[in-house]
Amino acid sequence: MNVVTPFEGIGASVKRKEDLRFLSGRGQYTDDINRPGQAYAYILRSPHAHAKITSIDTAAAAAMPGVLAVFTGADTAALGSIPCGWQIHNKDGSPMAEPRHPMLAEGKVRHVGDQVAVVIAESRAQAKDAAEAIAVEYEVLPAAATMEAAQAPGAPQVHEGVAGNICYDWHIGDKAVNDAAFAAAAKVVTFETTNNRLVPNAMEPRAAIGEYDATTGDYTLYTTSQNPHVIRLLMGAFVLQIPESKLRVVAPDVGGGFGSKIYHYAEEAIVTWAAGKLGRPVKWTAERTESFMSDAHGRDHVTKCSLALDANGKFLGLRVHTQANMGAYLSTFAPCVPTYLYATLLAGVYTTPTIYCEVKAVFTNTVPVDAYRGAGRPEATYLLERLVDIAAAETGIDRIEIRRRNFIPNDAFPYQTPVALQYDSGDYTATLDAALKAADWAGFEGRRAEAAKRGKLRGIGCSTYLEACGIAPSAVVGSLGARAGLYEVGTIRVHPTGSVTVLTGAHSHGQGHETTFAQLVADRLGVSVAQVDVVHGDTAKVPFGMGTYGSRSLAVGGSAMVKAMDKIVAKGKKIAAHLMEASVEDIEFERGTFRVAGTDRTKSLAEISLAAYVPHNYPIEELEPGLEETAFYDPKNFTYPGGCHIAEVEIDPDTGHVQVVNFTAVDDVGRVINPMIVEGQVQGGVAQGIGQALLENCVYDASGQLLSGSMADYCLPRAEDLPAVGVATHTTLCTHNPLGVKGCGEVGAIGSPPAVMNAVVDALKSYGVRHIEMPATPPKIWGIIHAARPAMAAE
Amino acid sequence: MYDFAYHKPTSIADAVKLLSADPDARPISGGQTLLPALKHRLNKPSALIDLSGIAELRGIRREGDKLVIGALAKHEEVANSAEVKAAIPALATLAGTIGDTQVRNRGTIGGSVSNNDPAADYPAAVLALDATIVTDKRRIAADDFFQGMFTTALEPGELLVAVEFPIPEKAGYAKMRNPASRYVMAGAFVAKTKSGVRVAINGAGPGVFRQAEMEKALAASWSPDAVAGIKQDPEGLNGDIHGSAEYRAHLVTVMAKRAVAAAG
Repeated sequence: MNVVTPFEGIGASVKRKEDLRFLSGRGQYTDDINRPGQAYAYILRSPHAHAKITSIDTAAAAAMPGVLAVFTGADTAALGSIPCGWQIHNKDGSPMAEPRHPMLAEGKVRHVGDQVAVVIAESRAQAKDAAEAIAVEYEVLPAAATMEAAQAPGAPQVHEGVAGNICYDWHIGDKAVNDAAFAAAAKVVTFETTNNRLVPNAMEPRAAIGEYDATTGDYTLYTTSQNPHVIRLLMGAFVLQIPESKLRVVAPDVGGGFGSKIYHYAEEAIVTWAAGKLGRPVKWTAERTESFMSDAHGRDHVTKCSLALDANGKFLGLRVHTQANMGAYLSTFAPCVPTYLYATLLAGVYTTPTIYCEVKAVFTNTVPVDAYRGAGRPEATYLLERLVDIAAAETGIDRIEIRRRNFIPNDAFPYQTPVALQYDSGDYTATLDAALKAADWAGFEGRRAEAAKRGKLRGIGCSTYLEACGIAPSAVVGSLGARAGLYEVGTIRVHPTGSVTVLTGAHSHGQGHETTFAQLVADRLGVSVAQVDVVHGDTAKVPFGMGTYGSRSLAVGGSAMVKAMDKIVAKGKKIAAHLMEASVEDIEFERGTFRVAGTDRTKSLAEISLAAYVPHNYPIEELEPGLEETAFYDPKNFTYPGGCHIAEVEIDPDTGHVQVVNFTAVDDVGRVINPMIVEGQVQGGVAQGIGQALLENCVYDASGQLLSGSMADYCLPRAEDLPAVGVATHTTLCTHNPLGVKGCGEVGAIGSPPAVMNAVVDALKSYGVRHIEMPATPPKIWGIIHAARPAMAAE
Repeated sequence: MYDFAYHKPTSIADAVKLLSADPDARPISGGQTLLPALKHRLNKPSALIDLSGIAELRGIRREGDKLVIGALAKHEEVANSAEVKAAIPALATLAGTIGDTQVRNRGTIGGSVSNNDPAADYPAAVLALDATIVTDKRRIAADDFFQGMFTTALEPGELLVAVEFPIPEKAGYAKMRNPASRYVMAGAFVAKTKSGVRVAINGAGPGVFRQAEMEKALAASWSPDAVAGIKQDPEGLNGDIHGSAEYRAHLVTVMAKRAVAAAG
């Protein structure tokens, strides 16, 4: 009999099963896959932000050595548009503007990096050589490089027929109630900010291989995707018109995504379509330079907001006006990020009774913008947590105290916010108290004084954040404009001798699902982690799935597995009852053992499974043989992880350099399956949050050229930029999923930026600083110090 | 990258012969600048002349009051050399801060000096220490060698063989890195040499340059305070998304002060 050890089930820091292949260089990523007869695609991209293509001459390129084909927009114009998966409606009820997003440019390019033509050749080098021989004549047009430029009178038109370059003008909340709250306020605090545009930079660049079997008509796409079933649906149904039964999508090992690999990209359709045209597999792999100009970017909001308070610092109302940059085309989930993943989070952990938020989404001549780790929630959290700190400073109320006064109390759950969401559980005071203690907030002034002796400006800041993840109830998101359900699918296959294969629609690209999910199954079915294999990322193996994003894999995918395991146990009980000649009602199941209640008569899961597959003594009239069950789980609500992050920084006043010297995270992610993996997820998220706060910034010039188009100019955090991140959890269980889990993938990136920026502002409070925009780079900080005290420039 | 011919000569004479015969051929040592340029198709040499097989270009040795470093000495070798640490510790420290571990184990002093990237580290040391550039044809004083952005006194086909550093009484280096590329935003190498105090500024301008006012002040009083009040004129300095010319000018003073403090 297999008995799970207490060290392998839920709550154990089991070492990651997948790390043997990853750490020994034996992962199989898309670019590691080579198919017989494979050719290579190279995509010629626009050097201009906005231009008419007056002519393309591909004859010389087509005649180059090794070239198999050259395709342009003229060849693909009859194919579908790269689809958008979410439709937002304007204030007046009309649908958003949704211009065509072609696979290859059709007469016009709209951002630097827009794909103009594709060369397919015997080798990558030949394809690249030939691409240089394509003669493209452009008529360069003025570019709308920023949202401001796109909305100026007489602005360049990114898409014909999209008035003012506005994709949508949306709102949420009751404006009249909100206005009344502001009219009655004792104090109104106002603040404007830009949430800096980020480039995701997964370690593995995107890649895709298309393959076509002319004898069967079957297409296969290998791709760097977070959700292969969704890609199959979007590309098959909307772009290439290939039925699902004839299209297999495989997302093998994927080296990081952070959201950027959720979307259906043109390159996937190009290689699949070209493979069909040529009858040969076609591989495309992005170079890092291409990643910068073709992976969906993140964030890029400009916001004005106001907080109304009463005389005691209670929040009476919040008013937010945001402009969100969509880039040149609508990426798959772009429209929902600044709306339902953003505005609905503006209550945060506070009892603010009325919230009104308007969001204008704007097309510009830049790379499309979509969800990036946190997706809308970091933008909301940053806004709110900076605003609360500013309100504290301007009311004279301590910044911790003002938070406590406004927290949603523990007895208020389920708590209905004024912006649609209903929080199920949380304990914001507990996470705050735990973080204050772990960070020694009380002892900070001593550390500030000690740093001052060393000539350093030290500051401390916190954020008490909340996010919504585990997306999502299908009916709810459907009513909000989602064009797909957001359930998840899990299959539990118990093999004849008791080992287990799990098929999941979630996709692991660094999260450690092969371990976490195995622990879940081990805990429930009483097998060892080694006996559980997790299969994901292949539409030919996994029945269906919606993929991994929005910290949903465990909350939704894990719950589907639990549901499937419940079916396994129910069937197993019937088999056990038959074998032990007892009534089904009398069979108990615990950790791998079926027992007749109150007796010592037992059957192991392996014995039951063997009986199911070798049904010699089996209730064959009532039960089908085999022990495999599939469940679709549709969540009842979002989950609401939250907590408190505290950052401590030191600033070198001579150079303006900011170093994060301490970071404490206390997160409520619900039940923790593997604490080690949770710690790693939080640390990775915090690293990206510190990156956004201090280092990362995607910069375009006025003509729409991407200035931060390589690692030499786009600053990713390095080890020396990061402190040791103290991670702790405080658990309140999610009340509506069977595991009580909430999700941990994004909390780090959501909670940390405002904590860092609140610390930076705190460090500079003697300079009268009210707010500093992200990223807090050395010249920016030096400029503030220098402006305040020019005399100290070289002290 | 584009196709190119590849040669691996084993003597300076053979290398020079190959370079002289083909004006489009390029020498390569560590390749830390040239290889990325080739990969981005920004450079199209007809041939690469790989210098790594030339024993005459190797070695770090003390010759009287000079330290002679062969062109092929890798940054990591200079950083860890007992000779360098004993004679000019600031030079070893500088070499240990170039790029990252991978770069330091490929990049060479000869490549860095002859490339003369304005944001490279070595040119500041070469200029401040009044070093002599030894080529296959002649000896060139540092003051005559660096001629602005990516430009040096090297003639086409001329090969840098070694750099001779007179051993200073004191020397120190400090820099602020560009946060993204980790090249130098602004750096200062200060040295008290037999020929006087010399201050070389890198990163901040279009090429490494000497800061005369700071040299004068330090000659009068060797202390961080002596340079603390000297402002660098931002006119002509670099400005980009990582920092304005004014910011870099400010950093010049800060780094000079720190370099003097580091020199002791």
